[in-house]
Amino acid sequence: MAILINKESKIIVQGFTGKIGSFHAEEMIAYGTNIVGGVTPGKGGQTHLERPVFNTVKEAVKATGADCSILFVPPAFAADSAMEAADAGIKTLVAITDGIPAHDMIKVKRYMRRYKNEEKMTMVGPNCAGVISPGKCMLGIMPGHIYKEGNVGVIGRSGTLGYEAAEQMKDLGIGISTSVGIGGDPINGSSFKDHLANFELDDDTKVILMIGEIGGPQEAEAAEYAKKHVSKPVIAYIAGLTAPEGKRMGHAGAIVSSKGESAADKVEILEAAGITIAKNPSVIGDTVAAVLKTL
Amino acid sequence: MNIHEYQAKEILTKFGVATPKGGIAYSPANAKDRATELGGDMWVVKAQIHSGARGKAGGIIVCKSHQEVSDAANALLGKTLVTNQTGPEGLTVQRIYVEEASDIKKEYYLGLVFDRSTESIMVVASSEGGMSIEEIAKEKPESIIRVKIEAAVGMQSFQAREIAFALGLEAKAISRCAAAILGCYKAFTNSDATMVEINPLVLTGDDHILAVDCKMSFDDNALYRIPHIAELRDKTQEDSKETYAQDRGLNYIALDGDIGNIINGAGLAMASMDMIQLAGGKPANFLDVGGGATPEKFVKAFKLISGDPNVKVILINIFAGINRCDWVAQGIVDALGQITIAQPLVIRLAGTNVDEGMKILKDSKINYIEASTLEEAANKAVKALKDLENK
Repeated sequence: MAILINKESKIIVQGFTGKIGSFHAEEMIAYGTNIVGGVTPGKGGQTHLERPVFNTVKEAVKATGADCSILFVPPAFAADSAMEAADAGIKTLVAITDGIPAHDMIKVKRYMRRYKNEEKMTMVGPNCAGVISPGKCMLGIMPGHIYKEGNVGVIGRSGTLGYEAAEQMKDLGIGISTSVGIGGDPINGSSFKDHLANFELDDDTKVILMIGEIGGPQEAEAAEYAKKHVSKPVIAYIAGLTAPEGKRMGHAGAIVSSKGESAADKVEILEAAGITIAKNPSVIGDTVAAVLKTL
Repeated sequence: MNIHEYQAKEILTKFGVATPKGGIAYSPANAKDRATELGGDMWVVKAQIHSGARGKAGGIIVCKSHQEVSDAANALLGKTLVTNQTGPEGLTVQRIYVEEASDIKKEYYLGLVFDRSTESIMVVASSEGGMSIEEIAKEKPESIIRVKIEAAVGMQSFQAREIAFALGLEAKAISRCAAAILGCYKAFTNSDATMVEINPLVLTGDDHILAVDCKMSFDDNALYRIPHIAELRDKTQEDSKETYAQDRGLNYIALDGDIGNIINGAGLAMASMDMIQLAGGKPANFLDVGGGATPEKFVKAFKLISGDPNVKVILINIFAGINRCDWVAQGIVDALGQITIAQPLVIRLAGTNVDEGMKILKDSKINYIEASTLEEAANKAVKALKDLENK
């Protein structure tokens, strides 16, 4: 099954004809992702990468039946494009764009509250590597070949650290059902908690790996949620044990500003919720393997 | 991005928040002139650095004569102030603000922040002003008022009034306080702020409300649309190496260890720093070179890291996705053709085309220690450091 995206997903690319959008659209198509078209306002009617270009997301959805979208729109226009996708009935949106103002993300989150739960779009990102259901569909900028198909659900904030984990698992023969990059920004479209809920319902997922980092309340919220609502084993690694307080470590969201936000605090909270901790980044794969053995 | 107190007050004034009259000065003579212009018989000379808690560090001096103003300016200008927010190295005072002394009846705390768990703007207020919010939370937690603002419609007058009443203000001052709170909210949303903190917000002897101190921070991602604020950036208040890196598209944070590192991706960079520590070493920096690891980026990164006298060993850890390992390896080799580094170099490459990348490194003339995993890279960097120390 996998979550969010599948072999049948019909995908459009927002910011399709731009340099970055084109490059990654080609990579995704090469992986076997079902890209049915793209949106670039003003270029509707053209053909790009042998696929139709539309002026608006609504037109694209109407003509192609698309249910997923990936966003490569520049930061100043990205929030607008995300709301456009939500309004056109897109179910899963992956926002790759890095640098969206936080005030804009608050607007997007508020805007999405106008939809009923069953009609609501799931937004992944921004500032993320995307989502991949290995062997089925890749909606992101990750190197697809390092992900093996399997039954570990992965949720992480960082791109390259997620790659590191995927490769460690692949080397041990462990595969992934879906890997979701929720992104490094302070306000994300969806959080650890949202995807814990998705993985709990997914038959293909046997264990869930969370790759968190310093800053923000999301890991602590996920711990509480996992304790109450997740029956599958959860494993976590938190990056940034050596990060100083009050400094923004690359990701806009990676800053320790209050209690419970440091790596040590988060590890304590997660452990208390019964989550298995990978003690350091080089044993993420081994820790997952050990948990899988107990099943 | 942070700005100075006097700049924050200028912004607040535009949104109808009253602040004491004052002027900026760069010399003792300058400061004396400001005091003369302001008139009165009592002034406060305030060090302008990007930090709160300046009072405790001796950065705020109350003066009763023009001579005292001049002496205070003389004492503060050029001085390095260490507060609990600056780190041990402190920040140097380059300018001072001379302000009329306020007639303070009572001090309050008012802060506006992004609340990440509710994904909204939160107003935090307390009748226990003057103390830091951390101290208030510890000593008088019951005094803290929190009000969540609905982003879609913005702050409503009744919310500002409720806060004013909850602070225990007298009837005469309620509407003035509510106007100040609404003004702060407008300043926050109109200028892409991430924090507005007024501490203290003051009730004066004649029942007016004044923002006596103010701190504002802004969203770096929004600077493109707030040029009037972006231009207030004061590089003298930032770490010079961090500024150098930021201006060149590198994400860099200086730390106090001796193993310098160059990594792609923020999460992997933090994880690598953790591994260095676990291996018994200490990272000298956080450096994320980002996705496109071009030779130019490596030249900039090597310049930054190898020029740091604290750095004894350099560790490169790149997990190549779309930017393949062979490109990355060629980038490293080309960069080392342009710049010579004195420190031992440990390189770990992983991901797309790793074998081709490792071959390029091997066939080149560069001197390096090879590692294939994150753990091995950290261990080898620490070992290289020990070997240096044993020499």
